[in-house]
Amino acid sequence: MAARTRYAPDRGLTVRMTVTMFLLGLVFVAFVAAIIGIGTAYHASSAAIVLFAVVLGGGFAIGSLFYSDKIALATAGAREVSPTESREAARLHAIVDRLCALADMPKPRVAIADTDMPNAFATGRNADHAVICATTGLLRRLENDELEGVLAHEMSHVAHKDVQVMTIASFLAIIAALLVRIAFYGELFGGGGRGRNNNNGNALPIMLILMLVSVVVYAVSFVLIRLLSRYRELSADRSGALLTGQPSALKAALIKVTGDIGRIPTRDLRTAQPLNAFFFAPAMHLSGSGGGLSTIFSTHPSLERRLAELDKVQRQLGQAR
Amino acid sequence: MGFLDVLLGRTKPVPPKLDDLFALPSAAVTLDAGAGFKPTGSGSVCFRPVEGRSFADVQKDVQDLLDVSSQREGGLPVEVSTDDYGFTWLVSSHMSDELEALVTDLHAVNSSLVDNGFGPQLLCTLVAFRDDKERRLALIYLYKRGTFYPFAPLSGERRNNALELEVKGVIGSDLKWEPDLARWFPVWGAPGL
Repeated sequence: MAARTRYAPDRGLTVRMTVTMFLLGLVFVAFVAAIIGIGTAYHASSAAIVLFAVVLGGGFAIGSLFYSDKIALATAGAREVSPTESREAARLHAIVDRLCALADMPKPRVAIADTDMPNAFATGRNADHAVICATTGLLRRLENDELEGVLAHEMSHVAHKDVQVMTIASFLAIIAALLVRIAFYGELFGGGGRGRNNNNGNALPIMLILMLVSVVVYAVSFVLIRLLSRYRELSADRSGALLTGQPSALKAALIKVTGDIGRIPTRDLRTAQPLNAFFFAPAMHLSGSGGGLSTIFSTHPSLERRLAELDKVQRQLGQAR
Repeated sequence: MGFLDVLLGRTKPVPPKLDDLFALPSAAVTLDAGAGFKPTGSGSVCFRPVEGRSFADVQKDVQDLLDVSSQREGGLPVEVSTDDYGFTWLVSSHMSDELEALVTDLHAVNSSLVDNGFGPQLLCTLVAFRDDKERRLALIYLYKRGTFYPFAPLSGERRNNALELEVKGVIGSDLKWEPDLARWFPVWGAPGL
């Protein structure tokens, strides 16, 4: 074994990601505590409602995890391709083959989406069920080494199990969102029925408090999830660049892809919106590209940020020893 | 990858496994006896170069080292080529009965990359064979897996799967074979094949 490694993990990124996940866990604990608190204070029907939301939300999360590959491929209008099908398919397969051999990963299925929007995504619940997809626009625009950088980024998402991690992280937000809705409709229609058996005064506050707590939890966890997503993008950039040894090729690809995206008509983009979190570059801009709120809510870090992090990788790989 | 690595979104680069490469010379004898394939004497190491000066220096050192040793024996200098996918191939050529010297050369490339901390960049090594009917065959060693697989190209990017499986059967347990057929990836137009 070599004494020193050029592939040391980025401590700053690790710390920031740990803090984010810790906060997410903290929100979860606070949420559970609040629910239990509400339940014991009013020993009322809230437990049943929460249970219902957990089961529904859990089912939704597990379903989307298991069918993530099929859902993503269908949404993107992508099709699995074999290496003999076309020149582009052969090229994509050859690059993925080499990356898998370098990274010692099982080969994912390979798909192409027929759209001119240059992008790529990887999804699937684990490495054995992963599928990696590039659009024809991406294949047309990028050189082999740039395409390799993008695919290495996507393969890193697979290696980091990002679909699983993000699904688990979103679980809380899903439940909170469900509770808001249930509490809201419960307030409108069901407030009478069961609540009347206790004392009339309590039925209203339970639902109201439950709704308020859920709204706060949803808002906080939403921001944290977006933050986590941005860190996972940075780690995928980093791992991808370390895998190929060519951070500059990935930088070139990023500049090409994000530069092109702004020019594409919005009608096309809307169909791509639900897939955003898995894309190589976000398929839509929120409002303007400046700082402020749009940075807090975006799933991907800014281009400048990603380029700066790749500069670090470049220095790390080039250092003399 | 451990649980913590998944949680923190980081991958450890995979160090190459080098030792199993030395099983090649004895397997080549079995292959010749069983299927009539002889080594052509050329073999290559394929790796993904890292951008920047420090990798370029290492690569130059390796080339110089191999050139010096082959000059001493009156052999050909090392050939360097880059394929369409940006991978570098160092091709070392020997006489067809010098398979051990070839493997030593290939190992020299491996160990100097590993010693300089670039071990994870190694992709595969390829040793070429040919039979009386001029059919081409390569035994490819995957560094990350420490396993071999056969590759028999035909004209026009097709491969002779029957021959590949036959070769695997003939050599049998002399080599550690790659069990996952999905990882027997083709290397069309690989230098030295």
